[in-house]
Amino acid sequence: MKSLQDRTGPILLWLLLFTAPFWMPYVGGYTGLGTRVLVLALAAMAVNFLLGFTGVLSFGHAAYFGLGAYGAGMAIKYIYPSSSLGILVGVLAGTIGAMIIGAMIVRLRGVYFAMVTIAFGQVFYFVAFRWVSVTGGDDGLTGWKRVPLDFGFTNFDILHNDVAFYYLCLICLAISAAAMALLLRSPFGHSLLAIRENERRAWFLGIPVNRHIWMSFVISGFFASLAGVLYAYLDNFVDPRAFHWQQSGDFVIMAVLGGMRSFWGPLIGAAVFVVLQDKISSHTDYWMSILGLFFVLAVVFFPRGVLGMIKRRQES
Amino acid sequence: MRLLEARGVTRAFGSLVAINNISFAVEPGELRAVIGPNGAGKTTFFNLISGLFPPTNGSIFFNGQDITRFPANKRVSLGIARTFQVTEIFPELTVSENLRIAVESAAGLRMSPWASRAARQRVADRVVELLAAGGLIGKGQRLVGELSHGDQRATEIMMALALKPRLLLLDEPTAGMGEQETRDVVRLIGKLHKDEHLTIVLIEHDMRVIFHLADRITVLAEGAVLADGTPGDIAANERVQAAYLGGTQ
Repeated sequence: MKSLQDRTGPILLWLLLFTAPFWMPYVGGYTGLGTRVLVLALAAMAVNFLLGFTGVLSFGHAAYFGLGAYGAGMAIKYIYPSSSLGILVGVLAGTIGAMIIGAMIVRLRGVYFAMVTIAFGQVFYFVAFRWVSVTGGDDGLTGWKRVPLDFGFTNFDILHNDVAFYYLCLICLAISAAAMALLLRSPFGHSLLAIRENERRAWFLGIPVNRHIWMSFVISGFFASLAGVLYAYLDNFVDPRAFHWQQSGDFVIMAVLGGMRSFWGPLIGAAVFVVLQDKISSHTDYWMSILGLFFVLAVVFFPRGVLGMIKRRQES
Repeated sequence: MRLLEARGVTRAFGSLVAINNISFAVEPGELRAVIGPNGAGKTTFFNLISGLFPPTNGSIFFNGQDITRFPANKRVSLGIARTFQVTEIFPELTVSENLRIAVESAAGLRMSPWASRAARQRVADRVVELLAAGGLIGKGQRLVGELSHGDQRATEIMMALALKPRLLLLDEPTAGMGEQETRDVVRLIGKLHKDEHLTIVLIEHDMRVIFHLADRITVLAEGAVLADGTPGDIAANERVQAAYLGGTQ
């Protein structure tokens, strides 16, 4: 059993997240910014399920993020205005995409795997960019809105109430994080760690490595597409940049910045990333260069990420 | 019936023929040593049996079944486990975690996203058993990467045993070990063979180890079988003397 001290971090983190809409305005934030952190944190955690806990680097998770975003937006725009339908269609599209692409690339390793994931991501980017009549092309998919959730007995107005939408995202993040944590603690999760640590030994313990990498890829794609759905809902808008390899790179940066060997690291990384982006980009267009510098310093001085650094301080 | 049989197995890497038409059979319960000078193809032969890569020609049978094209993980599930010349473990995990992964895989839990309390308890009990059998009591919570070479090898052997193999392949189990560590490993292998009647094939350089343990010895040279027989036959064989034993002693 973990001691209470080991749990203080996550408990504190969740208290902060749970109360964020109330304290954020006092530190110069706003609810939308908090929601953005949650959504991108979910995507970064999904990428890190594969990167940090299976040892497989995908540079193309924007593909499933984007499929989730476009799937949700198009479902609401073209099929029926319902947020639940949007979530269902978006997650289904992203997950099926991950299943098909994963099956094609699961034999590749290392830099070849990363390159091919980028290539597939860019295919979706260009489809979204060119197929103007359906996707809105470069202008993005507009003319739709997320819809209040009607539970019959009560109405959860995520459309007009930003705080309600924040809590919807927090619930999605909490459920997703719990599901990923449970998976990682299961025998299946242990087999993923085995693959990360030593692929040859994993094969010779009887683990069908390629099949397990595929499953991890699909699980990761599933959560990335859920993040994509929420991302589209956030601004009632999605454009092809959601598919762009730069978006994939941002997820990887968030995961590495926060600490890819720690479960909550990507959440911290996403918060740092989003807040820096928000604060610096209002002063200069070159905010990426500042973030890049920050990233380089973090990797050089804290190779285990922000959370890894804090943990080592505690141990010493 | 023979537990393992290789028929006319050949493996070429480009123009280099590493294994040339080897036929080889192991009876259940046997402890077979494979010896030969460096570059004789011993490890390549192990890689063919265990499924790291398939042979160019010939076939391999395990318990009467043709496994020539089976991937490594499928051979493991049939009962072939191995260790490597350079220890292959999970260095950044603890000894117990290393063993747990092996135990869970053997229990068929590796695909399972969920394990009952009873199943987890069985796994934990088995890990403790393996720690004891491998002389690793008290080291379960240590990272394997931080342990001595001998303890790392012991961990790897116990991981292979966790798979409940019918055939255990050991590639130079005492390589790089001190006197005491070598004695411990030899005692462990002897115990597995005599008490549990496990079929073992091992590659070894240390002649004392081989003559102490082996029921039969196969001598490889230049990718082919030079001689095959009891330790007495091999010690008396002039060709082996010339090609191998004489050269090193």
